[in-house]
Amino acid sequence: MAERLPPKQRTKIPRQEMPEQNAKQRAGNFEEVNQGFGFAIAEKEAQRCLECTDPKCMHGCPVGVQVREFVDLVLEGEYLQAAAKIREDNVLPAVTGRVCPQENQCEGACILSKRFSPLAIGHLERFVADYERSTGLVGLPERAPDTGKKVAIVGSGPAGLSCAGDLALRGHDVTVLEALHEIGGVLVYGIPEFRLPKDVVRGEVDNMRKMGVKFETNVVVGKTVTMDQLFDEEGYDAVFIATGAGLPKFMNLPGEHLGGVYSANEFLTRVNLMKAYDSDQSDSPIYECRDRNVAVMGGGNTAMDAVRSALRLGAKNAFIVYRRGQEEMPARKEEVHHAMDEGVQFLNLHNPVEFVGDDEGYLTGVKLQKMELGEPDESGRRRPVPIEGSEFEMPIDVAVIAIGTGANPLVQSTTPGLETNQWGYIVADEESLRTSRRGVFAGGDIVSGAATVILAMGAGRTAARSIHDYLVTGEW
Amino acid sequence: MFAIAEATFLAPDVKRFRIEAPRVARNRKAGQFVIVRVEAEHGERIPLTIADSDPEAGTITIIVQGVGKTTKMLNRLEAGDTLPDVVGPLGEPSDIQNFGTVVVVGGGVGTAIAYPTAVAMKQAGNRVLGIVGARTRELLILEEEMSATTDELHLMTDDGSYGQQGFVTQKLQQLIDEGEEIDHVLAIGPIPMMAAIADVTRPYDIKTVVSLNPIMVDGTGMCGGCRVTVGGVSKFACVDGPEFDAHEVDFKILSQRNKMYREREKRSLEEFEMAPQPELDRVHACHLQQEHPEVGPRVGGA
Ligand SMILES: Cc1cc2nc3c(=O)[nH]c(=O)nc-3n(C[C@H](O)[C@H](O)[C@H](O)COP(=O)(O)OP(=O)(O)OC[C@H]3O[C@@H](n4cnc5c(N)ncnc54)[C@H](O)[C@@H]3O)c2cc1C
Ligand SMILES: Cc1cc2nc3c(=O)[nH]c(=O)nc-3n(C[C@H](O)[C@H](O)[C@H](O)COP(=O)(O)OP(=O)(O)OC[C@H]3O[C@@H](n4cnc5c(N)ncnc54)[C@H](O)[C@@H]3O)c2cc1C
Ligand code: SF4
Ligand code: SF4
Ligand code: FES
Repeated sequence: MAERLPPKQRTKIPRQEMPEQNAKQRAGNFEEVNQGFGFAIAEKEAQRCLECTDPKCMHGCPVGVQVREFVDLVLEGEYLQAAAKIREDNVLPAVTGRVCPQENQCEGACILSKRFSPLAIGHLERFVADYERSTGLVGLPERAPDTGKKVAIVGSGPAGLSCAGDLALRGHDVTVLEALHEIGGVLVYGIPEFRLPKDVVRGEVDNMRKMGVKFETNVVVGKTVTMDQLFDEEGYDAVFIATGAGLPKFMNLPGEHLGGVYSANEFLTRVNLMKAYDSDQSDSPIYECRDRNVAVMGGGNTAMDAVRSALRLGAKNAFIVYRRGQEEMPARKEEVHHAMDEGVQFLNLHNPVEFVGDDEGYLTGVKLQKMELGEPDESGRRRPVPIEGSEFEMPIDVAVIAIGTGANPLVQSTTPGLETNQWGYIVADEESLRTSRRGVFAGGDIVSGAATVILAMGAGRTAARSIHDYLVTGEW
Repeated sequence: MFAIAEATFLAPDVKRFRIEAPRVARNRKAGQFVIVRVEAEHGERIPLTIADSDPEAGTITIIVQGVGKTTKMLNRLEAGDTLPDVVGPLGEPSDIQNFGTVVVVGGGVGTAIAYPTAVAMKQAGNRVLGIVGARTRELLILEEEMSATTDELHLMTDDGSYGQQGFVTQKLQQLIDEGEEIDHVLAIGPIPMMAAIADVTRPYDIKTVVSLNPIMVDGTGMCGGCRVTVGGVSKFACVDGPEFDAHEVDFKILSQRNKMYREREKRSLEEFEMAPQPELDRVHACHLQQEHPEVGPRVGGA
């Protein structure tokens, strides 16, 4: 058990650094960049917490993880209990500890951030979850007696998984239906191995199996089985739609059809899910990046994941082309820094206007236009304005378009009576997550638009509560 | 796991499989396809048309031409083997109506893709004329099936070893020249064949539909890798197609995009053919070992 220091001394301890693979070395492999806290570092970091009576951190977390309490258990040396404490609000701590944009959430709200650096809550959360996994002793809560009610969860991303876990604990018979051949949604097809090892996700999925959740891959709801069939022929009592925002956006620029131009979804799916990074073994090819120039369009997490994957595939030059400034970049700060350290080149305030190719249809370059920042737009960020006559061509061999995603219409278009908004997202009541169809609930990115892992998980939990109420009362 | 109930060769390296996939069998319509993986660890996802289905038995039929590593690996499987992944039915069903006289043109394994739609066209009351072509006699498939569904069947071989000598386009042109009133054409085969058929029917303004075969990954509209240019706009073949108006399709872009990984595909096929056995074991072992754990991975003759 660690010593409790007086507050003054606590603030004197510097925020502990996350041990990382050296930048040069890691830019050449797909192993995880962050190596995780050891016991000593974790304890030292935990000592920095001021144990506030009104912990702001908890309010900053979208699902209200009891940060003060779990950090206290870390100081006690009770790591498994700390994990159980986090699990009361967050079923995927090993994932969120790694991928939450903490700077805008728990850590952004931490009182320490006013005058010092915030507590490294994400790193501690990850430490506790990894410890728990290494022992194999996950404190899975008791399952309530069987209710005899069947629930189908459509999509196995964080929203679907957290909803499935909560409903299973309440004693319902839960089946997750997933279109792809692996479980995890963006966690397995999008976010790369070097940021979120697939074993971490697999471990969490195995926990859910132990809780009685059933998984069926290769089921595209709307095609393999329709919503009506789920209710009428397969005997489900309720359905939760958590299909994410997986439709790739293109820019509709000339030359977008050229060989070597990818959506981020395709590039990352080939690299991660289809294991193209393991080119000796994998049968799914990725266009050659080795010793070539790769440009990724966009400034979000997806763009960072794509550009850093390109580096690891051996790119000679890997560029980010972003139409706003560094300050406006929506990606997690840590990822931007990691990308810079690894040698990614940032072309901020640049916008592509055309892809250029050769006679065979292969990409050879991109025409870029320089931008400057004008007045703030609806999002509060300063609007990028093109500078006339600033166009130039940059030679590239691979382009990845990572400018966002939209709602995949498959379920909506095959489910009569399911209300959607003007962008195709499913309309669900904010509190109950009920849709316009009786017995059908929806949450995560398919309702909110592309957001974050923790918000999707939060939606899954809310849905579980609401579905449980519906199944128990039968009232809609 | 999806069990293979039946597997028979129709021609050299063209094989027909009946696969247990009850949900797919129940919902599938003519023109739709499945995505299959043959090998669980590192396998590629490949699209294959559902040639037929039996909702009662819960099976679907696919007909596969071995052109590269995955299709050749698949064609080595037998009844009793399993596939780790079969997902579908994907894509939009064919537009089936009573058009009047419909010509169905199939080139090579394209005949297998066209066959289910030919059946549906016949059932919808059309007069169906079939033109089936292949390079040479032994590559011509589904003659019996096509002849049972069509009112008239024309067989064409490039080398004249069977049926009439010549290309399917020549036959179609001949039918038009002879005054046949054609209301609708469905053409499925290699890209140059489909492009040539589009050129034949364009001057006569005969509605012509082709089924496009771009490289796919997920088949659900998530990656955009299957995008094709139709009428100057980008479409995703897996959700908007795979059938499109032949007169609007940019075949040049399609054929360029399909060549994107040619070098890599060649290499992986060569490696596979040089050392086929261990690869195949990865596929075979799973079901063999499940049923007979004592057997261990297969060694020696296939
Ligand atoms: C590359 C990338 C990096 C990201 N990085 C971060 C990060 O660092 N931090 C963070 O907080 N967030 C990040 N995000 C965002 C985050 O991953 C998403 O907000 C979150 O995954 C949404 O969860 P979800 O459960 O709503 O949907 P998803 O994770 O998208 O899962 C939806 C699942 O539903 C399946 N599905 C779709 N249609 C059907 C159907 N008809 N039938 C059956 N199944 C279907 C899909 O195959 C998929 O598996 C990132 C996103 C991407 C793409
Ligand atoms: C909607 C659709 C339906 C199809 N139906 C059938 C069918 O019923 N029977 C059949 O035999 N084939 C069908 N195909 C083609 C089949 O998918 C490809 O032959 C297969 O993917 C090739 O994989 P491979 O690893 O064996 O060969 P590869 O080594 O990957 O490639 C060999 C050759 O096939 C082309 N090719 C590669 N990947 C694809 C792909 N995903 N789609 C199309 N061509 C590709 C390449 O350009 C190359 O010329 C269909 C394709 C589509 C898109
Ligand atoms: S779930 Fe995310 S936001 Fe909440 S405490 Fe953990 S890292 Fe912070
Ligand atoms: S706000 Fe910061 S210092 Fe206060 S309890 Fe939370 S983590 Fe600790
Ligand atoms: S195959 Fe991915 S969108 Fe069509």
